[in-house]
Amino acid sequence: MASTTAHSAGAADRAGNARLGGTLYRGDPGMWSWVAHRITGVLVFFFLFVHVLDTALVRVSPNAYDVVIETYKHPVMVLFELGLVGAVLYHALNGIRVMLVDFWSKGTKYQKPMLWTILAIWLVVMIPGSYYLLVKGFADLFGGS
Amino acid sequence: MSVTDAPFSVDKPRSPQRPAARRSNFELYSWLFMRLSGLLLVFLVLGHLLIMLFLDDGVQRINFAFVAGRWASPFWQFWDLTMLWLAGLHGGNGLRTVINDYARKDQTRFWLKMLLYVSMIVIIAVGTFVLFTFDPNIGN
Repeated sequence: MASTTAHSAGAADRAGNARLGGTLYRGDPGMWSWVAHRITGVLVFFFLFVHVLDTALVRVSPNAYDVVIETYKHPVMVLFELGLVGAVLYHALNGIRVMLVDFWSKGTKYQKPMLWTILAIWLVVMIPGSYYLLVKGFADLFGGS
Repeated sequence: MSVTDAPFSVDKPRSPQRPAARRSNFELYSWLFMRLSGLLLVFLVLGHLLIMLFLDDGVQRINFAFVAGRWASPFWQFWDLTMLWLAGLHGGNGLRTVINDYARKDQTRFWLKMLLYVSMIVIIAVGTFVLFTFDPNIGN
């Protein structure tokens, strides 16, 4: 009987934990926001490593720096820039949300509306940002200048 | 049978198997550092991305002369130095947490963290060295 109870509790977890009234973390949007925070954080750290080393070339010679920076200027790199901006922006907005959850007395109560809010802000910034960068990339790729 | 029969079992709070009380507040300070540095980095990094990728002609205008022009100003030198240190420590501490969570063997965890610490020292030291010894006339 006990095992049946445990089993049905597990089923309820997967079915959106209705029985527990939303007190369960697993599978909740809050968990996915944390997963995305980790993934974007790790990716940005790897880019930081590369970026400090490429910038350090200014200490070698102007030519070495200009040659390497040229790779960032290829039109296809706008996709990379877009990914970087998207990752950093999500990490920044979700980081603010984490701080509000930790330090604002009503933070835990509003964690979910705050998640939808930061995702809305992310879209509001990323849509014109993507448009700008993609148009520029296409112009560079086919316009020739 | 009531729901309370679910097989939960938790150690008694003061049972002797539990590790001794912590002697270091390092994790508390690291938690606080992530929030304080994160707040500053929101402005430093988003400002950096806006200037470098979106204003004027974005990345197309960046070359040695552009960097030399920016680092002629103590304001941008200080901006970049602060951003370098905070991003290196914030990102490194974040990766330390990720390694602690997912490494399964103590040896793997140890070597991944050594690799991380070496990369952090390299990034922060090289970046700081370049910022302090930058010479706009290096090509002449």
